[in-house]
Amino acid sequence: MEKVIVVENLTKAFGRFKAVDQISFEVEKGEIFGFLGANGAGKTTAMRMLCGLSIPTSGKALVAGYDIRTQPEMIKKNIGYMSQKFALYEDLTVAENIRFYAGIYQVPEKEIAPRTQKLLERLGLEHEKDSLVKSLPLGWKQKLAFSVAVFHHPGIVFLDEPTGGVDPVTRRQFWEMIYEATDSGITVFVTTHYMDEAEYCDRVSIMVDGKIAALDTPANLKKEFDANNMDEVFYRLARNASRKAD
Amino acid sequence: MISCKNISKKYKKVQALSDISFEVKPGEIFGLIGPDGAGKTTLFRILTTLILADEGVASVDGLDVVNDYKLIRERVGYMPGRFSLYQDLSVEENLNFFATVFNTTVEENYELVRDIYQQIEPFKTRKAGKLSGGMKQKLALSCALIHKPTVLFLDEPTTGVDPVSRKEFWGMLKNLQQQGITILVSTPYMDEASLCDRIALIQKGRLLTIDSPGKIADGFKKTLLSVSAENMSLLLTDLRTIPEVENCYAFGDSHHITLKNRTSRYEQEHSDSKGKKDNEIEFIINDLKVTLEAKNHLNIIIKEIKPGIEDCFMELSKNNL
Repeated sequence: MEKVIVVENLTKAFGRFKAVDQISFEVEKGEIFGFLGANGAGKTTAMRMLCGLSIPTSGKALVAGYDIRTQPEMIKKNIGYMSQKFALYEDLTVAENIRFYAGIYQVPEKEIAPRTQKLLERLGLEHEKDSLVKSLPLGWKQKLAFSVAVFHHPGIVFLDEPTGGVDPVTRRQFWEMIYEATDSGITVFVTTHYMDEAEYCDRVSIMVDGKIAALDTPANLKKEFDANNMDEVFYRLARNASRKAD
Repeated sequence: MISCKNISKKYKKVQALSDISFEVKPGEIFGLIGPDGAGKTTLFRILTTLILADEGVASVDGLDVVNDYKLIRERVGYMPGRFSLYQDLSVEENLNFFATVFNTTVEENYELVRDIYQQIEPFKTRKAGKLSGGMKQKLALSCALIHKPTVLFLDEPTTGVDPVSRKEFWGMLKNLQQQGITILVSTPYMDEASLCDRIALIQKGRLLTIDSPGKIADGFKKTLLSVSAENMSLLLTDLRTIPEVENCYAFGDSHHITLKNRTSRYEQEHSDSKGKKDNEIEFIINDLKVTLEAKNHLNIIIKEIKPGIEDCFMELSKNNL
């Protein structure tokens, strides 16, 4: 199997505080990899390093074949990123947002129009292409944000709590979209606080106090922790965290 | 303790709230449950006298939100969704500030916030802006409580908070309830509904239903089945092609489905029976299993289950498009 992410003893220290403490794992091509952890466990710091936005204190990682320490610019070109907090420019139209991201990611000029058309058709947004993004319902925004994040055909997309606050039906439609994307070979690295969504991942890692406390398929994790669901697995691992105040 | 009658509010073209009516009883934990954009924050702002409704009347602790707004402000505690403390003041300074604004002292009401505040007291000289998310949340709650309010308004206190910290937070709310405080809390997490005495489900500015979580689940009149098999993704696609299946959604490790009214076929074949519901469900389950086996699914498990609040929300929201 082709490895899209390879992480070895990755560490980030802020002074004496080790936000991420020697984590190692691999993510395979086409996998949906769930990256869970309590607030303050080090998820965001780890994700920032993997996206080439923060230099590790020690250890190494390859993302899409590039070294996060020496080739961060190549990583940024070859990944997609979407978060719940910020994804699209509210004061630009749907079409303008797509055009903007296409430009940022240097999508070939002649590709932009056909890809845009395809995207709008798939989302049923043809009639909204000249609407300001702020006028769209949240569910549509999230789906558009995801489509924009993979518009330049990255090998891997990082999703940081993509479904926070989204209604139950839209949340599920969003995951169906993720499934479709992985069918075309893209790798998905996702964080969430919804434990039912952890079940939709091929494998799940759970960070506690800067370390990876568990990593396996949801089925195996439930077996290992003798739990009925992922919520129980998470609870068992995270309740003893010493960084609880975070 | 809180009463809303026919509250409506419009922002330019957007109808944020339409004809909202409900009551919160003294000492209750009342949950306002719905996704972003449902109108939860607008309702909180009206009840805490920060904005005016276009239509309708509302009262808090017997006081009218328009005429008695000054008195209401003295009596309620409000924790907005966005962290709104002074980032440049320390933990301790923030708490003192809020106590002073309400003409009281930290010492006078310390008992009420002790359990919560003690967890952040070791960091009392740290600036609020430098706290972690969980600590900010505890400080904000302490500040909202320091004047001993009769009613506490908590707007999405657990959004973006991990499941373990969320459980802890709800533990704190239960303690506050025992001290006689009425709590109106909003959340987008449907699983928190069961921790409230009563809830209102809200979407697109309309209330879908108001009741205790148990009674709302009882109100789910359709048969709900959970279905799992080895290939869950394919199962979802296949279930949706079965004509009898009305709705099908992924729910963690199983899919939840409701069926179209198909009792007729069972009744045709069992016209003599007294329409025993259990037999009927067994019949449906077997039928479904056969259909899925024909589509080569392995390890099929089908069970009748009790609906959760999320099932109810999805069912009720279908009629609110």
